[in-house]
Amino acid sequence: MATLIKEQRIVADSWRLLSRGPKGELPDVPEQGDVILPLALWLERRDAFLAYPGKLSVWLDASEDPEAIAADLQRFALVAVNFPKFGDGRGYSIARLLRERYGYKGELRAIGDVLHDFLYFMRQCGFDAFTLRDDQDAQAALAAFDTFSEGYQTSVLRPVPLFRRRLAAGKQ
Amino acid sequence: MYLYDEIDQKLVDERVAQFRDQTRRFLAGKLSEDEFRALRLRNGLYIQRYAPMLRIAIPYGLLSTKQLRKLAHIARKYDRGYGHFSTRQNLQLNWPKLPQVPDILAELATVQMHAIQTSGNSFRNISTDHFAGVARDEIVDSFVWCEVLRQWSTFHPEFSYLPRKFKFAVNGARSDRAAVAVHDIGLHAVRDAKGEVGFKVLVGGGLGRTPMIGFAIREFLPWQHLLSYCEAILRVYNRYGRRDNIHKARIKILVKERGPERFREEVEAEWAYLKDGPSTLIAEEVARIEGRFTRPAYLNLPASDAGLEAALASDRAFANWHQRNVYPHKRPGYAAVTLSLKKTGVPPGDVTAEQMDKIADLADRYSFGELRVSHEQNLIFADVQISDLRTLWQEVRALGFATPNVGLLTNIISCPGGDFCSLANAKSIPVAEAIQQRFDDLDYLHDIGEIDVNISGCMNACGHHHVGHIGILGVDKNGEEWYQIQVGGNQGEIRPGVGASLGKVIGPSFARAEIPDVIEKLIECYLARRDSDAERFIDVVHRVGVEPFKEAVYGNADQRAAHRRGQLAPA
Repeated sequence: MATLIKEQRIVADSWRLLSRGPKGELPDVPEQGDVILPLALWLERRDAFLAYPGKLSVWLDASEDPEAIAADLQRFALVAVNFPKFGDGRGYSIARLLRERYGYKGELRAIGDVLHDFLYFMRQCGFDAFTLRDDQDAQAALAAFDTFSEGYQTSVLRPVPLFRRRLAAGKQ
Repeated sequence: MYLYDEIDQKLVDERVAQFRDQTRRFLAGKLSEDEFRALRLRNGLYIQRYAPMLRIAIPYGLLSTKQLRKLAHIARKYDRGYGHFSTRQNLQLNWPKLPQVPDILAELATVQMHAIQTSGNSFRNISTDHFAGVARDEIVDSFVWCEVLRQWSTFHPEFSYLPRKFKFAVNGARSDRAAVAVHDIGLHAVRDAKGEVGFKVLVGGGLGRTPMIGFAIREFLPWQHLLSYCEAILRVYNRYGRRDNIHKARIKILVKERGPERFREEVEAEWAYLKDGPSTLIAEEVARIEGRFTRPAYLNLPASDAGLEAALASDRAFANWHQRNVYPHKRPGYAAVTLSLKKTGVPPGDVTAEQMDKIADLADRYSFGELRVSHEQNLIFADVQISDLRTLWQEVRALGFATPNVGLLTNIISCPGGDFCSLANAKSIPVAEAIQQRFDDLDYLHDIGEIDVNISGCMNACGHHHVGHIGILGVDKNGEEWYQIQVGGNQGEIRPGVGASLGKVIGPSFARAEIPDVIEKLIECYLARRDSDAERFIDVVHRVGVEPFKEAVYGNADQRAAHRRGQLAPA
């Protein structure tokens, strides 16, 4: 069973992720429960979902454009972004866009090939929840968030780059 | 030399700890080969043909003698006592043992060095002009801008897993000595009418199997916007660069597939959100970085030296070396000296640990304890008093680094090739040696004049063959090593208005043993056609085209057909 890390703690997961079928077909939606829908399903049946009894959220694949849900973001308590392969870095840009451009404040969850050694950058880019791949040692992975104590660039976690913070500290 | 502050040092130390933990988990079977591969490449560690290869970063090619002595120590303690300076201004060790690599990185960190992002699909070491800070045609000191970019590109959270590797080059002088047109992003410093500094930004240049000259996405980008504009370019690339095919994943392919204008529009649209944001550079930061560079304590010296003049008049060997290997300096009484690592019989760029120590001693005595690695795989002492040149020459000659061939035919750029590299189709170093042996007559070399001969053992083009005036590419034909010849490439501006260009293949490839003859025919063709000594090989190619060179090598059309039939005949 995949482990969920949220706010740097191992927690239980109440959400059910609805994946596409092996040929890319859209999944059936259950009668109730909290579900994470593929983007295409959400876009196709957006209005019908208004009557859904549980909580709804959406997951984006690495190739999908976060702009597609920009107007709907206030309706979601969770948005997930899929990493099809650990070395595929598109999800980092998607996360920053969701946080910085579209102002998304809810849970942003990394799903897919989510591994220990990638958690640090994911968190910097705005993810705050991580569904680890099944084989990962979740306890050990918790340490990965502290890999680096500083960063030079802007990120969601450090919106002001080091050079501006250093200067501000020097001027005080 | 840029000196780390506490945070710079801490990040490098934390990187060592991270890699130590990753190595431990891999050796304990908790990380798969595939996963560890992505992580070790980010620390410059390849698993090569015979053993791992560790690529150590020498940021923008600048090295202190303390660092060089540490490299010598590492080469002795962890390897076979020598290293290879690469065309990316890095140092490669060919036989480190995997369990010891974290210790090597820890030793490097004690002298403010590392192997961060020297491989893998991320930002690579930023390269620049090896005469930065001392050249007379300087616009800005490119080292400062390289360091600004080094910090920005180190562990960038959003851009650490790009579709493919990403190489920056920065040129701060009027002449382009950094080959900015054949990098993913090339930055050429310029000043506008008011004297403000900015950069001409080239995108999508590169060598490899799809060589391309970069396209000028911006003619003048004010320096304040350097980072935010690069972020816009990188965000477009990170999101839309191809990840389905490793051979089509570089940014040049995205630029080509989109078309430069559409690519520019996408970057500008992205930049509209980022412009004037927190990444906008401020003068205090540039000044802070500039202030962390140690500067030589130059003396006020006369521009000429009677002893030097007398030695040049009386000692022909010294004069030859001075003509080729000494470069003018912006300070009166100083010069930059190139130590040639291209002695015949030695693989280009190879240096033993003992030689490193001796070079460090010389750099301490003659050049303020610093040196540079050039992308032509030579070493530079950038700040030598002209009155010391003759004694320095004698000492350098005793070490075997005074071959007076900088800019000449035997100053060959070569990748390690099939002797060392698992990607190579063919060997490159024996080809370089065979050419060097054929052209060992110094008078003849000087008569031929300036020419770049570049050799790559495969189409990944680590030897930059596309931009050699003569380029040699190792190719595989049914398991045999063959070599394709290109003519007319060039890495920078050869004269005002004539920029970088890619060589053209002149015809079917050759067996290794034939290469010295082919080069000789090309040279004879050039000598017969030049209008004076001042007209260089590349100038003649530009004037008369490639056809006469083809004919010189393959003969006329009938003879070419015969050559091709000969190649096709079963061996």
